Amino acid sequence: MTSPRHPIYLDYSATTPVDPRVAEKMIPWLTENFGNPASRSHGYGWEAEQAVENARVEVAKLVNADEKEIIWTSGATESDNLAIKGAAHFYKTKGKHLITMKTEHKAVLDTMRELEREGFEVTYLDPQPDGLLDLEKFKAAIRPDTIVVSIMSVNNEIGVIQPIAEIGEITRAKNIIFHVDAAQATGKVDIDLAKLKVDLMSFSAHKTYGPKGIGALYVRRKPRVRLEAQMHGGGHEKGLRSGTLATHQIVGMGEAFRLARLEMKAENERIRMLRDKLLAGLKDMEEVYVNGDLDHRVPHNLNVSFNFVEGESLIMGIKELAVSSGSACTSASLEPSYVLRALGRNDELAHSSIRFTLGRFTTEKDIDFAVKLLRERIGKLREMSPLWEMYKDGIDLNSVQWAAH
Amino acid sequence: MAYSEKVIDHYENPRNVGSFGKDEEGVATGMVGAPACGDVMKLQIKVNKDGVIEDAKFKTYGCGSAIASSSLVTEWVKGKSVDEASTIRNTQIAEELALPPVKIHCSILAEDAIKAAIADYRKKYGGEADADKKAAD
Repeated sequence: MTSPRHPIYLDYSATTPVDPRVAEKMIPWLTENFGNPASRSHGYGWEAEQAVENARVEVAKLVNADEKEIIWTSGATESDNLAIKGAAHFYKTKGKHLITMKTEHKAVLDTMRELEREGFEVTYLDPQPDGLLDLEKFKAAIRPDTIVVSIMSVNNEIGVIQPIAEIGEITRAKNIIFHVDAAQATGKVDIDLAKLKVDLMSFSAHKTYGPKGIGALYVRRKPRVRLEAQMHGGGHEKGLRSGTLATHQIVGMGEAFRLARLEMKAENERIRMLRDKLLAGLKDMEEVYVNGDLDHRVPHNLNVSFNFVEGESLIMGIKELAVSSGSACTSASLEPSYVLRALGRNDELAHSSIRFTLGRFTTEKDIDFAVKLLRERIGKLREMSPLWEMYKDGIDLNSVQWAAH
Repeated sequence: MAYSEKVIDHYENPRNVGSFGKDEEGVATGMVGAPACGDVMKLQIKVNKDGVIEDAKFKTYGCGSAIASSSLVTEWVKGKSVDEASTIRNTQIAEELALPPVKIHCSILAEDAIKAAIADYRKKYGGEADADKKAAD
């Protein structure tokens, strides 16, 4: 079996390559136009400042916001920290309760843990089995002292899209700050911040064909949202995030988001076709389960459990494909995905999951190759699996007394 | 995670994969681990009348290191007496496969699988084994 290129990259939710058109725009800002955007006394600085402001407009345009509402950060992790800690610290006299979901990214969950150590109280809501937030349970979790809610737009592991518009209506009516981690959403779902009642939104460049190390935080002006800065220094970004602006990175993010705005409609259709082809190629196999709702989901993501095959050995067996089991941030550990566990998936299925994420440079040939390879290797691993043998013999694995180790 | 060449070799060319028929004479089975933990090993030994393991087969659900550990022990137990096989230690398996610290549990599981298979053998054909033991005493 020959592959078009080795290994085929199907891990676009971990990171994306910088689009060559983006890289080209970035380069002059490293060499010729190296000025500090904060320098007010010469052309080098003015030029860099103009480039930063142009990029800010592009980021704002993708999500239909005002450019004055965009703050540069180092990435979505920093944006999440600034949004959640910044809002909690600023509004702490109003209350000490926050709400999030168990399937959030670690950048949100660990920030919440830190706030708990500071004395705040956090409710971590379970998703429904399809991965989506239950709005009734959400409403019931709101307390008089709830000050911040943080729910992601698109889940990084299973790609489901949370009901952000509906949540925003609820939080706005109760005067609660609503933060959304949109790292996985830009260029994939339409985001209209003129309509959505979202107060804070985190963005990352490198999930949308921009460079790593740059992100942004949307901070709503009307009604005005206040934050306590987490990084102190020269007072850049209206005092919310000090530090010299990385002009080349910012230019890259601006160009990446501009391209996303122009191309996302056509690109998403093409990627959906490829994802559906991948799913069609796998779903007639026995004991294959899609994790998370398929309809409320970005077209790029397919998260599948191949029952009776352990995920790490499968990844080893399909080394011609670059995929991940769980998210890149947790796959170094031996624990099964906490996201799949939160959906109520049993340990076997959580241990048997593979996340395929497709993107701009995925081709139909790549998908054909992946399907053929997966069917062959899963067959081989199942022949080697005692669980598959027991399943085929009609033994109920839940009835077996396993010696846990 | 980077695997050693030996792990990759055993993973890509596993030795002695399969199962013996349930009623075959001299066959004993050890099944260890749990699906919830991400590893289940089934090791079967076929012991002849002289108490020598003449064949072994395995099936493993688990990571590459777990598959390699069980593949390796099927090679090691073949030709050994049941008593000799029971002296195989996880440290030898881990050393042979150059397992990293996070994968040591795979070698422990493989040792447990040998022990479980031998225990099953003694349970099924215990008389002979005990007789041997008494004779040796």
